[in-house]
Amino acid sequence: MTYIAKPKFHHPGLKKNALGYTHRDYEGKISTLCAGCGHDSITASIIEACYELSIEPHRVAKISGIGCSSKTPDYFLGNSHGFNSVHGRMPSVLTGANLANRDLIYLGVSGDGDSASIGFGQFAHSIRRGVNMTYIVENNGVYGLTKGQFSATADRGSKSKKGVTNTDNAIDLVAIALQLGATFVARSFSGDKSQLVPLIAAAIGHKGASFIDVISPCIAFNNHAGSTKSFDYVREHNDAVNRLDVLVGRDPIAVDYAPGTIQVVEQHDGNKIALRKIDADYDPHDRLGAQTFLARHAAKGQIVTGLLYVDPDAEDLHEHLNTVETPLNTLEADTLCPGSAVLDKINASLR
Amino acid sequence: MKPTDIAAPDYFHKVVDCQWACPAHTPVPEYIRLIAQGRYSDAYMINWKSNVFPGILGRTCDRPCEPACRRGRVEDNPVAICRLKRVAADFKDDIKQRLPKPAPKNGKRVALVGGGPASLTVARDLAPLGYHCTVFDADPEAGGMMRTQIPKFRLPNSVIDEETGYILGLGVDFKGGHRIDSMKALLAEKYDAIFVGSGAPRGRELDIPGRKEAAANIHIGIEWLANVSFGHIDKIGKRVIVLGGGNTAMDCCRTARRLGGESVKVIVRSGFEEMKASPWEKEDAIHEDIPILNYMVPVAFKHVAGKLIGVTFQKVKAEYDANGRRNLVPSGEPDETITCDDVLVAVGQENAFPWIEPDCGIEFDKWHMPKVDPKTFVSTNPKVFFGGDAAFGPKNIIWAVAHGHDAALSIHRMLSGEAIDERPLPEVQISSQKMGIHEWSYDNDISNDKRFKVPHRDKVIALKDIRAEVELGYDVKLALGEAHRCLNCDVQTVFSTSLCIECDACADICPMDCITFTGNGEEGDLRQRLKAPSPHSDQDLYVSSDLKTGRVMVKDEDVCLHCGLCAERCPTGAWDMQKYFIEMTYAGSTCPTKSRSAA
Repeated sequence: MTYIAKPKFHHPGLKKNALGYTHRDYEGKISTLCAGCGHDSITASIIEACYELSIEPHRVAKISGIGCSSKTPDYFLGNSHGFNSVHGRMPSVLTGANLANRDLIYLGVSGDGDSASIGFGQFAHSIRRGVNMTYIVENNGVYGLTKGQFSATADRGSKSKKGVTNTDNAIDLVAIALQLGATFVARSFSGDKSQLVPLIAAAIGHKGASFIDVISPCIAFNNHAGSTKSFDYVREHNDAVNRLDVLVGRDPIAVDYAPGTIQVVEQHDGNKIALRKIDADYDPHDRLGAQTFLARHAAKGQIVTGLLYVDPDAEDLHEHLNTVETPLNTLEADTLCPGSAVLDKINASLR
Repeated sequence: MKPTDIAAPDYFHKVVDCQWACPAHTPVPEYIRLIAQGRYSDAYMINWKSNVFPGILGRTCDRPCEPACRRGRVEDNPVAICRLKRVAADFKDDIKQRLPKPAPKNGKRVALVGGGPASLTVARDLAPLGYHCTVFDADPEAGGMMRTQIPKFRLPNSVIDEETGYILGLGVDFKGGHRIDSMKALLAEKYDAIFVGSGAPRGRELDIPGRKEAAANIHIGIEWLANVSFGHIDKIGKRVIVLGGGNTAMDCCRTARRLGGESVKVIVRSGFEEMKASPWEKEDAIHEDIPILNYMVPVAFKHVAGKLIGVTFQKVKAEYDANGRRNLVPSGEPDETITCDDVLVAVGQENAFPWIEPDCGIEFDKWHMPKVDPKTFVSTNPKVFFGGDAAFGPKNIIWAVAHGHDAALSIHRMLSGEAIDERPLPEVQISSQKMGIHEWSYDNDISNDKRFKVPHRDKVIALKDIRAEVELGYDVKLALGEAHRCLNCDVQTVFSTSLCIECDACADICPMDCITFTGNGEEGDLRQRLKAPSPHSDQDLYVSSDLKTGRVMVKDEDVCLHCGLCAERCPTGAWDMQKYFIEMTYAGSTCPTKSRSAA
C-alpha cells in the first residue's frame, strides 16, 4: 500500500461538472489495496460516473460488506454516507436504509465472496424485492484477503496461482440476477472503463434493482495463465454485445453512427442511454433471450459484457409496498402515530 | 507519434524545467535536495561548478529558472530557487579544501579583458587545467559590474570578495587598475588566446532639451552607481526622479533613498507591466515608498540659471496595431512637469569597443557589435573570444557565466589542437530511486506549503545604512520548508512497455491526470484525446511503443508532480522513478564526442 496521501494538487485545466466539482472532489482516501488491483479501477469508474452525473455527494449512501471489494467505498465519495456492514449482509442493511430514506442514491458494493458465498441469500432477496439500488459486485474469482482460494464464481477448470484446478461449478451472478427479476443487469470489466463508466451511470439512473457484475482481476492471486479472470484472458474472451453513452440532460445525437444501430432508452432520472449495438441480434429488453444468449456464450467460453437487460418501466420496492413519497425517516410523530381515533377506524374496518 | 527516445540527453533535461531554463543548466532539484538534508557545502559545490558565483547569484540572479518552475504551473508561485541557492552559500562550511588545486602551468597564456563574471568563469575553467590566465580590469578589485553596479544593500562586498577570491586563488593572475586601451597592443603580447569579457560599460544618454544646461544634477545611472559603490558619491537631493524601468533603475532609486532622497520617483515610458525590471525588484522598490509612474515620456529637463528644477513629461497611452505591436501615442492630456533636485538616467546600456582597432581582424556588425559565433564565442579573429554582455549586449550574470563556460571550452579545444565547433556531449546518468516496495530515496510526499517569504531587515534601519543588506536570507527552518516545495522534477517517470499489463492503476492514481492509455495518433490529435487538457504544447508528450491491446501510454509531462504514485501503484514495475543527472560539458570534460562514440 501507499503511505503518502494523494497530493491535493490537481490539473489546473480540469473540467467542472454542473455542481462546480472536478472528478477529484469525488475521491475518498488513498487505496490500501495491492498495487494494480482491478477494484481500484472500479473505484475510479464510480468516481467518474458520479462526477459526470453531477451527483451531490451527500445524496449517496455507499454500503458494503467484508472483503477487498467491500473496503473500496472508503476510496471513493469521501463526502457521502457509508456503512461497512457484516460479511454478506450489505443487501439487508441497504434494504433497511432504503426503506427508511428512499431519497438517497444507494450504492451496494460487494465482492464474489460477499455476494456469491456468505451473502448469497441476501443478494438473492434484495434483487427479487426490487430494492432501488446499484448493486456492484467486484468479481475476481478468489478470496484475496485470505491469499487466493477459489471463490464461488471461479470457473470450473480454471487454475489457482499454485496450479490447482478448480473442480466446483461456478455461480454466474448475472444469470442469477436475471432469473431473480433484476430490472437492470450488466457485466463489465475493470480494464475497460469506456464500457464500465456509462454502465454505472446508467445503473444509478435506473429505478429498481440494478446489478453490475464487474470482472476485476486480482493482481496478487488471480492474474496468471490458467486463470479465467486475468487481464489477458478477459481481454481475449470478452464478447461485448453493446456499448452505451449516457446522455445527461440533452437529446441523443446519433450522427456519428450508422443509422439503425442506436437504441435510445429513456431513464427514470430523465437522462437517456444511447445503446450502440455490437451484436445485431441482441435485444436488451428480452429477459428470456438474454438468459439463453448468456448460457450459449458461456458454453463457448465467452464472457458476455455490456448492458444485458433493462426494463425502463421497472418498479421498485417502495411502489410494491405503496409507501408514502416522503422518506419515512422524516415523518413526524403525529404522522407516524395518528392517534387512537384512527386506530379505532382501522380496527372497525377489519371487523 | 513515434515512441519517445528517452536516451536522448535533452528529453529528460527538458522535463527539469528549471535546469533547462538556466543558461548554465545548474542541477537545481539536486542541490535543493541537498539543502533539505542539511548538506549545504555539497549543495554549494554543485552550484559552484555550474554557476561559479552561488552566493552572488543567490542574491542577484535574474532567475530564468523561476518562471519556468513547474510548481508555478501547479499553484500560484514557483519554488524560491534563487534564495535557496543563497542558503547553500550562507550555511556552508569552509569549502576551500574542495576547490581545485592550482595546477602546474602548461605554458599556454590566456589574457582576459575585464574582471567580471564572464572572464572569471573562463579563468575558473582554464586555470585548473594549467593555463596561465591573466585578468585585466580598470577597477582595483575583481568582480566587474557585480561589484560596481549592484548596490551593497543587495550584495555585500564580503560575498564578492569570497567568491572572486576562490577563482583568483586557483593561480589566476589579476591585474587590477590596468585598463586595456588597445587590442593591438594586447595582441602584440602574443597571448595564446584572448577573451573579452568587458561588459556593456556605457549607460545610454537621454538627449532632450535642457540636458546640457542642467548637467550638474543629471546623472547616468550605472556611472552614478559605480561612484556610489566606490564612495565617491554619498549624497543626493531630497527630490529625485529616476528615468527608466529596468533593474538598474530599481537599484538607482533604492540607492537614492539611502543617500538622502526623501521623495524618489521612478518614471517609465511604458506601462508598469511591461517594465524590464524583475517583478520582485519592483516590489522591493515600492516597499521602500518609491512610486512608479507609467506612460510618461520625458521631453525636457527644466532648469533655471543652470540649476535643474524638474522634468517635463508627455502623457502617452499604449495602442496595438494589427500585428499586435505596441505603440506609445500621445494620450492628449496636457504635459506634466514634476519638480526635482536630481535625475538619474537609467534608460539602457550600450557596448563600447573604442579600444579595439579596426585592423585587429575583429569584424563588427552594423550595430557596432563584434561578430561572435553564438556556440563557440569566437570572433572573426580565431584567437579572440567574446562573452557576457560584451558578446551579445546586456543580459545578466548567469548568461555571462554560461558564455564563459562555453568560451573556455572553445579556448581549451583550440589550444589542444581540436576543432572548436565540435562540442562533446554532456554526461548523463540515470538511476532508479527505488528503495522498497513503496519507498524511494527522495521525498515524494508533496508539500502543500505556499512560497515562504524571505525575511527583510526593518525598513527604517535598512534605509539609514546603504551597506546594510536588506534581505536577511532564509533561516534553516524556512529553507527546509521552501526546499520541500520542490517537486524533484529530475526524478523521472520511466516507463517500460514490455512490463505493462494495462491495469490502469497509474492512470487512476495520478493526481494530475497526466497519464492516458489510448490509440496512437499524430501529436495534435493525441493532445486532444488526453484525460486532462494539454495547454502547453512546448511540454513534451512521453509516448510508449504499442502495448498488448494496441494502445499506447501517453504521458503529458506538463504538470507531473513526480510524486511517484504511478510507480507505487504499478504492480509490475513498468513505471520506475529514476534520477536523471546531466553534467554539462566543461573545458577538460572527458566525455566522448558523438563522432567518437559512433566509431
